[in-house]
Amino acid sequence: MENTKPVKRDIDIWINIRRFFGNFYLVIMLIFLYIPIVTMIVLSFNASKSRTRWGGFTLSWYAELFSNPTIMAAFRNTIVIAFLSALIATIMGTAAAIGINSMRKLPRTICMGVTNIPMLNADIVTGISLMLAFIAFKISLGFNTILISHITFNIPYVILSVMPKLKQTSKSTYEAAQDLGATPRQAFFKIVFPDIMPGVVSGFLLAFTMSLDDFIITHFTKGAGIDTLSTLIYSQVRRGIVPSMYALSAIIFIVVLLLLMVTNFLPRKHNAKIAASKTVS
Amino acid sequence: MSDRKLLSFPYIIWMIGFTIIPLALIFVFGLTDRSGAFTFENVAAIARADHAKALGLSLALSSISTLICLLLAFPLSMILRGKKLGSASFVVFIFILPMWMNFLLRTLAWQTLLEKNGVINGFLTALHLKNIAIINTPGAIVLGMVYNFLPFMILPIYNTMSKIDDSIIEAARDLGANFGQTLLRIWLPLSVPGIVSGITMVFVPALTTFVISNILGGSKILLIGNVIEEEFTKASNWNLGSGLSIVMMIFILISMSVIAKYDKNGEGAAF
Repeated sequence: MENTKPVKRDIDIWINIRRFFGNFYLVIMLIFLYIPIVTMIVLSFNASKSRTRWGGFTLSWYAELFSNPTIMAAFRNTIVIAFLSALIATIMGTAAAIGINSMRKLPRTICMGVTNIPMLNADIVTGISLMLAFIAFKISLGFNTILISHITFNIPYVILSVMPKLKQTSKSTYEAAQDLGATPRQAFFKIVFPDIMPGVVSGFLLAFTMSLDDFIITHFTKGAGIDTLSTLIYSQVRRGIVPSMYALSAIIFIVVLLLLMVTNFLPRKHNAKIAASKTVS
Repeated sequence: MSDRKLLSFPYIIWMIGFTIIPLALIFVFGLTDRSGAFTFENVAAIARADHAKALGLSLALSSISTLICLLLAFPLSMILRGKKLGSASFVVFIFILPMWMNFLLRTLAWQTLLEKNGVINGFLTALHLKNIAIINTPGAIVLGMVYNFLPFMILPIYNTMSKIDDSIIEAARDLGANFGQTLLRIWLPLSVPGIVSGITMVFVPALTTFVISNILGGSKILLIGNVIEEEFTKASNWNLGSGLSIVMMIFILISMSVIAKYDKNGEGAAF
């Protein structure tokens, strides 16, 4: 019996050491992940144009940002394309998921296989292939081709968010509604749709963020004369980046942070969704 | 019920028009020359010294990056899993938050940090330390790849690990297994599905990137993605670009089928 005490203390020390190293490792990784972001935010307040010298605090880059027509136009394009492509992809994808779900096994497998292509394929290949197709179909590159491309890579995300919800809905409630005199349309909108709604919403949000973040596919399908934020940033890489871009990224970061805080920490269970959402890409 | 199937028609037509035909076009362009005659030359062009070197470098750098991501993400996921209760979801949230920052801006920020007159060297000079010269080297590209794709490794591994039953780990310990044995016999085999999908999600974008190499590698280091991108945007030799894309797709397919062998149940699938 005398032995138990020191052994237990040994284990406690061992656990504490492990916990200490664990937390130490977490902190190191967080520093690694956040260093570039902190750098950008700090530089957005730097009065000096140099990236290494601190020239005092200023808000002028923020003022310049809102008066810069190129950045504002790119910002508008990004938002409009993200919203429209997510909306169209959500409508088409939800309809497709319902259709595919009612198919027999073989056509269903084929459809899901095709759905996976844009998700598994490298972005550069998707971008190039769409560019070749637009030129072959004689669609001139511009706003429309970016929109079509974004819809194309967004639909699979919608289908894959809606599908699991559809599988969970029971057929019998839908049939019961019809037995009680509902038309198929009524039965769908009153019974099936509320059940799959969470999947539709998360599909839309996922599509929206994917579209916002895309650079590679837009790069190949945009043509001259139109820019989204991503392609505008890329075009500045060579010439040297305008400090207003740091200001813009700081704003985006704070907005995204707040949005995610609100959507994630009000309803707790949504965490799994973020996980699913970014894992796919 | 058959009118329900009609709902998927617009989608099917869309996918034929904007996924299947475009992919077929890559093969058409890749297997013909400028006059439209069939040729294997564009695909065989991968054997040309500069192309082979670019592909080799891409394979090497993306493999190294994938391995580093795995080595960083595995212990990280174990630690995160060990953090029970509500704090876990917040910690996980903190780790994936950087992904919502535009990926070009994140990469540019690394350029700012690493440059010859960049932030890190500024600090080092202020401290009278030797400056680092990592920018425009393959090392900087690996750093950029690891930084950008690490969350794609953390998430699937963390997700599979959080499904491991505590009692299995406790049982192993009760039966006398030490930490190393638990790691090799319990943690590792049970996380395979997550590891597998993490590897695919890091390896494919790393292999095909042209942005990271462009920003952090300067214009001298060419990866296969850079070669293909330049054929389309600068040299406008689409046939050659398509031919090289076919080769790249073959490499992606090979790596995916190798990886798929280890994930027979598809448990690591994101959805």
